[in-house]
Amino acid sequence: MSEAIPILRLEGIVKTFPGVRALDDVSFTVMPGEVHALMGENGAGKSTLMKVLGGIYAPDEGRIFIDEEPTVMTSPLQAKAKGVVFIHQELSLADELTVAENIFLGELPLKSMGRVDWAKLYGDTNRILKTLNVGFNAKTRLGDLSIANQQMVEIARALTVEPRAVIFDEPTASLTDAEKVVLFDVIAELKARGVGIIYISHRMEEIFKITDRISVLRDGQYRGTLETAQTNEDEVTQLMIGRSLDLSRNESHHELGDVALEVRGLSCGNLFQDVSFEVRSGEVVGFYGLVGAGRTEIAETIFGLRNPSAGQILIDGQEVRISSPIDAIGYGISLVPEDRKAQGLVLGMNCRDNMTLPQVSDLTAGPFVSDGAEIAIFDQYRDKLDIRTPGWKQIVGNLSGGNQQKIVIGKWLSMHPRVLIVDEPTRGIDVGSKSEIHNLIRDLAAQGYAVIVISSEMPEVLHVSDRIVAMYSGRVMRQFTSDEVTEDSLIQAISGIEAQVLA
Amino acid sequence: MNIQTLLKQGAIWAFIVAELIFFTIAGDFLSTSDKSFMDFDNMLLLLKQSAPIGIIALGMTIIMINGNIDLSVGTTFALAAVVMLDSMTWPFMVALGDWSIPLAWTFALLTGVVLGAINGLLVWKTGVDAFIVTLGSMLGYRGLVFMYNGENPTSKLNWTLVDFAEAQFLSLHTATWFLLAVTLVLWLVTTKTVHGRNAYAIGNNREAAVNAGIKVGPHFLWNFILIGFLAALSAVVFYSESGSVNPNDGMLYELWAITAVVLGGTKLSGGYGSIISTLGGVIAIQLLRKGLGHIGAGTETVNLVIGLILIAVLFLDRQLNRKGKEELKI
Repeated sequence: MSEAIPILRLEGIVKTFPGVRALDDVSFTVMPGEVHALMGENGAGKSTLMKVLGGIYAPDEGRIFIDEEPTVMTSPLQAKAKGVVFIHQELSLADELTVAENIFLGELPLKSMGRVDWAKLYGDTNRILKTLNVGFNAKTRLGDLSIANQQMVEIARALTVEPRAVIFDEPTASLTDAEKVVLFDVIAELKARGVGIIYISHRMEEIFKITDRISVLRDGQYRGTLETAQTNEDEVTQLMIGRSLDLSRNESHHELGDVALEVRGLSCGNLFQDVSFEVRSGEVVGFYGLVGAGRTEIAETIFGLRNPSAGQILIDGQEVRISSPIDAIGYGISLVPEDRKAQGLVLGMNCRDNMTLPQVSDLTAGPFVSDGAEIAIFDQYRDKLDIRTPGWKQIVGNLSGGNQQKIVIGKWLSMHPRVLIVDEPTRGIDVGSKSEIHNLIRDLAAQGYAVIVISSEMPEVLHVSDRIVAMYSGRVMRQFTSDEVTEDSLIQAISGIEAQVLA
Repeated sequence: MNIQTLLKQGAIWAFIVAELIFFTIAGDFLSTSDKSFMDFDNMLLLLKQSAPIGIIALGMTIIMINGNIDLSVGTTFALAAVVMLDSMTWPFMVALGDWSIPLAWTFALLTGVVLGAINGLLVWKTGVDAFIVTLGSMLGYRGLVFMYNGENPTSKLNWTLVDFAEAQFLSLHTATWFLLAVTLVLWLVTTKTVHGRNAYAIGNNREAAVNAGIKVGPHFLWNFILIGFLAALSAVVFYSESGSVNPNDGMLYELWAITAVVLGGTKLSGGYGSIISTLGGVIAIQLLRKGLGHIGAGTETVNLVIGLILIAVLFLDRQLNRKGKEELKI
């Protein structure tokens, strides 16, 4: 290592936008065969730094070196030609094209007269896919693949050149644990080939599993680089936010009320079968399982977005028929959906209008909406949930993820529901806001709400739940109380190991 | 109000001011008439001439905010006009004398409401895109116009009606009053009512609106009924004066209306737009038509220039928005 020169070196990068110093003298080095984590809260400048590296933004000051050669990046294509490739969090692939066409999009191998050299295209693609050890081939239609496999295609795309440095931006956001393992194998393989890897993620677990060094940004400033082996989560978190995140087990126990929601033998086609559980007032029930285990679909069925094929839903002991969200809202059920931007918020509208969306028809004075009544509701829940916004006129799309999520939660609390279902409450939210959302969920339970939390993060489920429902492949495998649950038993339940033993 | 929204909503009015200055100065050199462009009567006439397309464009704004589009407004306009003028020749209507006028108007407006309701129900109940549904009804309703009276014009001049249409109150023509009244009502609907709020929400994010318990279909239906009514109202205002409708009248009105709406800054994708800015768009187009005529340009030049300006404006808007986004993504 003594003679090794860095693959990539950023030196004193400064980038300002009107009114904001987004990057302030940031330096960053990646060695060959190193997995280097880049961490920081949302808005810390990670994305901006990567955009500078990818040639999307020109830095105001500072220099970029590749193999110690000063380089000016002008576009993502040029960066790729220099061996710097990006694997984005949000997939940018075309569903209707084949895997091969997606991988070589924009650089299809050609024969004379502009004809595509299909033989070479499929041959090259299959060769790359083989190194990734995936179960599909070059001619598969992309839209037929799972999200995880689509991510593999995105990675394969990066490998059409001999990469020097690969940047992974939140690559595991939509992957299950099993799929993550495959991804980490690919990263290990790249690492062994001497490729430098920048790994951007919020997930500590992964960071400590696969990275060699960790660099932290805060408010656009470089906060330091730590050797992964010689540090711990607390130290990193403190560097990121100046305090540490509490993710201990839930140990608070308060009196539970009556059963608010009961589900008996609920089924929906082949999405989930024979699901039964109950939630009491004051209780947080966590739903844990792999992506595709049917958790979100259960929530959607209870909320009236799907029609069940069998089973009963009971509210306060009375059987109810719920065939639309309007019915569900009427029975006091609220859903904070998985994808808050696509399903929860009207991004182009302001904070207040989003907050009062489900009840605006009740806030009228004569033919018109009453401004005063709306602002009163907004103010109340802004204070209650500590939503940080310059004012109610702020467009929701401009808020941070944590504050957006609080707007969605506030929207439903203002309807005074009995049952609150929150699906992946902290996805894409930075560490600081995460613990606020966790505390909020516990508080709501203490106030007597019946809460269902669906999460793919085990620490989160363990932290907030009084009871945990473990699901595998559309079925409830086991229910745990927070006293009896262990990480091992939970993992076994959600990966179907118990099912096989029992069979 | 921050600078960005001010810029956006003010842009169309700045454009109108620029047009006025340009045509006044250019008119001094090029115009064959000795009247100045900014002549008061000329401006009053301009507002009056803006009304037919304007009333439709205002309705189109709420349709587009809602995330839909209506291509059948031109034919609804024509059919409502045929119904109004033809109904006044029916024997029992003739017997009523001038009392046939409010009745004929009612028939015309009801025609618009029914045609709009058909569009709305189709969009709601079939789930087919509004573009396709109204493309179909645009052709279909035009067929009805021709079935009514073949290739012949439908005419009925009623002098009481003409007098009413040509009347001026506080200098403004009847048509202008209608335009302003519709502007006021729709501004209130879009900014102050539950229906307007939900229309924005549905246009911006339909899934989130559904999840918030908003009934999407009825809002679609009401908006299509509204624009059907307004297309008919536009016909009532225009043909009360002219008294004769050709079966091809109203063609391309849908595109002129959409042009005015888009020029006013409303997004084709829905969820964003303003009634007041659409009024600006309508006036800007009419100014351009009249102004270019004033300096001696023919219709063909007018169309060419409006087309170029539309594309230039949207390009500019895109550039400005992109810059805004870049600032936000830190």
